[in-house]
Amino acid sequence: MAQYRSIRDLDWPLLLITLSLCALGILQIYSATHDTVWKDAWWKQVLYVSVGLILLWFVSSIDYHTLLGQVPVFYGISVVLLLTVLMVGTKVFGSRRWIPLFAGFHFQVSEFVKLVIILLVARYLTELRSDHLEIRDFLKIGGLVALPMALVVKQPDLGTALSYLPIVAVGVFLAGLRWRQVLVISFLALVLPVTAYQFVLQDYQKARLVSFLNPEMDPRGSGYQVIQSQIAVGSGGMWGWGVTRGTQTQLRFLPVPHTDFIFATFGEEHGFVGVVVALGLYFLLLMQIVQNAQAAPDRAGMFICMGVAALLLFHLLVNVGMVVGRMPITGIPLPLMSAGGSSTLSVFLMLGLVNNVRLRRFVN
Amino acid sequence: MPLKLIPTDYEQEAPSKPLLRDDTKFASVKIAFFQYLTVAVFLFLVSGFWQLQLQNQEYYLDRAARNRIRSQPILAPRGKILDRDNRVIVDNHSSFSLILARENLKAEHLKSICEGLDIDCDDLRERLRRFDRTRAKYESIVIKEELTPGELAFVEAHRGQDTFPEMELIHAQRRLYPRNGFASHVIGYTGEVSDPELNTTEFARFRQGDVIGKAGIERQYNDILMGVDGQRRVIVDNRGRVHKVIDKKEASSGTNLKLTIDLDLQAVAELAMENRRGAVIALDPRSGEILAMVSRPSFDPNKFAGRIRSKDWNEIRDNPDNPLLNRAIQAQLAPGSTFKPFIAMAALDSGAIDESFTAHCSGGASYYGRYFKCHAAKGHGSVDLHRGIVQSCDVFFYNLGNRLSIDKIAEWAETAGFGQRTGIDLPGELEGVVPSTRWKIRNYRQKWYAGETISVAIGQGALTVTPMQLVHAIGGLAMGGVWYKPHLVHDPSHQAPPRRVEINLDHAARVIDGLYGVVNEGGTGARSRLPGIEFCGKTGSAQRVSNEFLKAHRLKSPASEDDFKDNAWFVGFAPRQDPEIAVVALFEGGEHGPEAAPIVRDVIKSYFDKKSRSTPATVVAAVPLRQQPFPPPQ
Repeated sequence: MAQYRSIRDLDWPLLLITLSLCALGILQIYSATHDTVWKDAWWKQVLYVSVGLILLWFVSSIDYHTLLGQVPVFYGISVVLLLTVLMVGTKVFGSRRWIPLFAGFHFQVSEFVKLVIILLVARYLTELRSDHLEIRDFLKIGGLVALPMALVVKQPDLGTALSYLPIVAVGVFLAGLRWRQVLVISFLALVLPVTAYQFVLQDYQKARLVSFLNPEMDPRGSGYQVIQSQIAVGSGGMWGWGVTRGTQTQLRFLPVPHTDFIFATFGEEHGFVGVVVALGLYFLLLMQIVQNAQAAPDRAGMFICMGVAALLLFHLLVNVGMVVGRMPITGIPLPLMSAGGSSTLSVFLMLGLVNNVRLRRFVN
Repeated sequence: MPLKLIPTDYEQEAPSKPLLRDDTKFASVKIAFFQYLTVAVFLFLVSGFWQLQLQNQEYYLDRAARNRIRSQPILAPRGKILDRDNRVIVDNHSSFSLILARENLKAEHLKSICEGLDIDCDDLRERLRRFDRTRAKYESIVIKEELTPGELAFVEAHRGQDTFPEMELIHAQRRLYPRNGFASHVIGYTGEVSDPELNTTEFARFRQGDVIGKAGIERQYNDILMGVDGQRRVIVDNRGRVHKVIDKKEASSGTNLKLTIDLDLQAVAELAMENRRGAVIALDPRSGEILAMVSRPSFDPNKFAGRIRSKDWNEIRDNPDNPLLNRAIQAQLAPGSTFKPFIAMAALDSGAIDESFTAHCSGGASYYGRYFKCHAAKGHGSVDLHRGIVQSCDVFFYNLGNRLSIDKIAEWAETAGFGQRTGIDLPGELEGVVPSTRWKIRNYRQKWYAGETISVAIGQGALTVTPMQLVHAIGGLAMGGVWYKPHLVHDPSHQAPPRRVEINLDHAARVIDGLYGVVNEGGTGARSRLPGIEFCGKTGSAQRVSNEFLKAHRLKSPASEDDFKDNAWFVGFAPRQDPEIAVVALFEGGEHGPEAAPIVRDVIKSYFDKKSRSTPATVVAAVPLRQQPFPPPQ
């Protein structure tokens, strides 16, 4: 199998785009935190990216069919770990998401469960060996994903839990959903949010939704983040204030400027031009992944690549949409730019899967 | 179950069981659809940035500026008030004031802020409403001054962006007055200008929220003492911490004011009046400079400095002794026997009597069908002018009154400055009453009865004077008819010319000899003799109610008897020739003139004691300077 693992065969454009985005991210993390308590965040991020590259290489070197074969094991481990988080996890801002590791590092299980979901969906849909998806199969795959989702919602971490959905959605869409099924799903998609609002959502989540709909109603409360983010982005204008010069960021009107709202500080300091460049890079990244899906040797590979693409698109839509006030605040990070070990590593692992598929594109 | 735990042989197994159609082409249309979806998502996001950054940049730039730029007032410290030896009477001290940034103010926060800081919420709302009418939105309002450490902690803990970001602390110079009401009536107090005051011409030029002098020197010389507030614009972060000052207009502090008050003399006078009602004034008749001025009971001006608590205000307002009244210039009372020297002058000058006139006192005399008693029931026998003053013989002065007309008395009283304001530089001075035929007709539409003149001749009846007038009058008499306008601000280079009246100096000398005898020849003030000092003076005890009224009420309400006790007066000066100091003491309810004499004696003694020492004494530390109660934040 050595011929598959030539470094030359890796998706170099994809890696180049990835590292460019990481570089922008690290620069922005530095700018947003250089005189705050988080001033170490940028070099930590350098560390995460480096480790991420190693993991990427490692994951791409194991044939993805082997990984697919281990899906039940991964699934079991995921469920156990998620239960563990609920029991012993570190509580931050009122939710348990992290398992403490050595030296102050924490491990966010739900980020890595995304990979398992991607593999699970790919394997399940491949094994159907049909061009059409029956409602029974749809319910089964839904049930399989619902369990870890429920555990993540319980943490509570609605944003991450919701990010599992697009993987399934794009998967079943590609696997051949019938129109009446689409109708049923659309109906459920309308009914479920209402029931969720009534019975599942926590108060702070409801407040976020309300403030998303009308941020000026409570400018000092939960609408605060939306307004401050919009002010930051809007005051950036065409060219931005320049690195470490954005007032909203530097005077800390913007909450968590290096994680969830990193794109707001990026927009403030680099302006519309910078935003278009960064979003352009993300677009190219997604197109590159989709291209890999199209070139995949089999359906499993295609589902893996498309699962990754769907997940990344969802993250972009929700995170960047939140920054410009067009999406509710869900607290999910921007892939590759937001500071954070678990999310960075999980994205690199996903890109490792994409490379894995690419390396084996000439098999059949 | 579609999923089975398959070990690593999955990879080998897969080719052996070829999938139905294991190619990826079947989904190519749907992948294309996904690509279009991606394009749509990106357009959606870019349009969001387009809208914020390109279409509405101005709006958000303004919002960002309002987030971080605040304008804060820099309160100008008022000028200090010094005594004639440049010792500090009124100082300033550093404190923290809480201001509300009205731009960021949320109405629903007010209640919590008020609760946290013990502020009357309705009162604050009312002030904010008034403020909104006249002041621009970016100007902040001071809502509490002199924060205690506990209140500071509350502010520090709650000024974050997520609680009450409208609260800001500023450094302020607060007024520090002497304690225990020391010289409080001279100094007055400061306070925030009130709504009714803004409608008066005196205060119309001020604005809501200005702290101005409201009484005493603070009010009279407000324009000199008051500085001009500055302002600075600063960049703050989300916690309200100042990061940078954009621009600054410095406050210019008020000018220091030097008073003619001598703290040593003031302290002696204050001490002498401890727990008494009344007033003491010491005056330099050679210039009109007030050396000491005391009015009791007094109040603590520190309670007024800034915003007075309503509890304190009610306590002062409802006090029946009326501590806010400056008795030195506002008490209008019968002068009693202290008026006799002026009657004597009137009688001599008008020729009603000559210098050898004598009268016989048998303890009383009848005039116009009414019997007038002398204070000495046994009588004084044969009394001439000198003895009449020394023994304060009432009958002698009844005789004078009988020979004088009321208008002659009024003429001389007005010459001596009675019945008009002395013009001292304090607000609220009253003029007393010098009765005359014209006065009676104007005020009562009645003719003057000659019998009333008899009472006026011993300083009773309709006649009322203020302590200020009395000391001013005696000083001018002692100077031989030279009356300087009394004043409190030390400014010898701008000494106003005195009012000079041609009086018969021989007559004046005879009256002054009598006043010398009061103290030094076994007269009514004999106990207050000062060896080595030619101390002249006159006692007085003035009835506040008629004897008949007293008799009727004494049985009914013995408890209030104190209210009907006579007022004790003493007015004196020293030395006999070329007087340097004139002092008046009013001791309300002191019964007899001799009770007031020691007060004057003490003040005059300390004046000459101090003069005999080469260096100015540092008898009192009048201003107990408080330590700054806590360190500044950060």
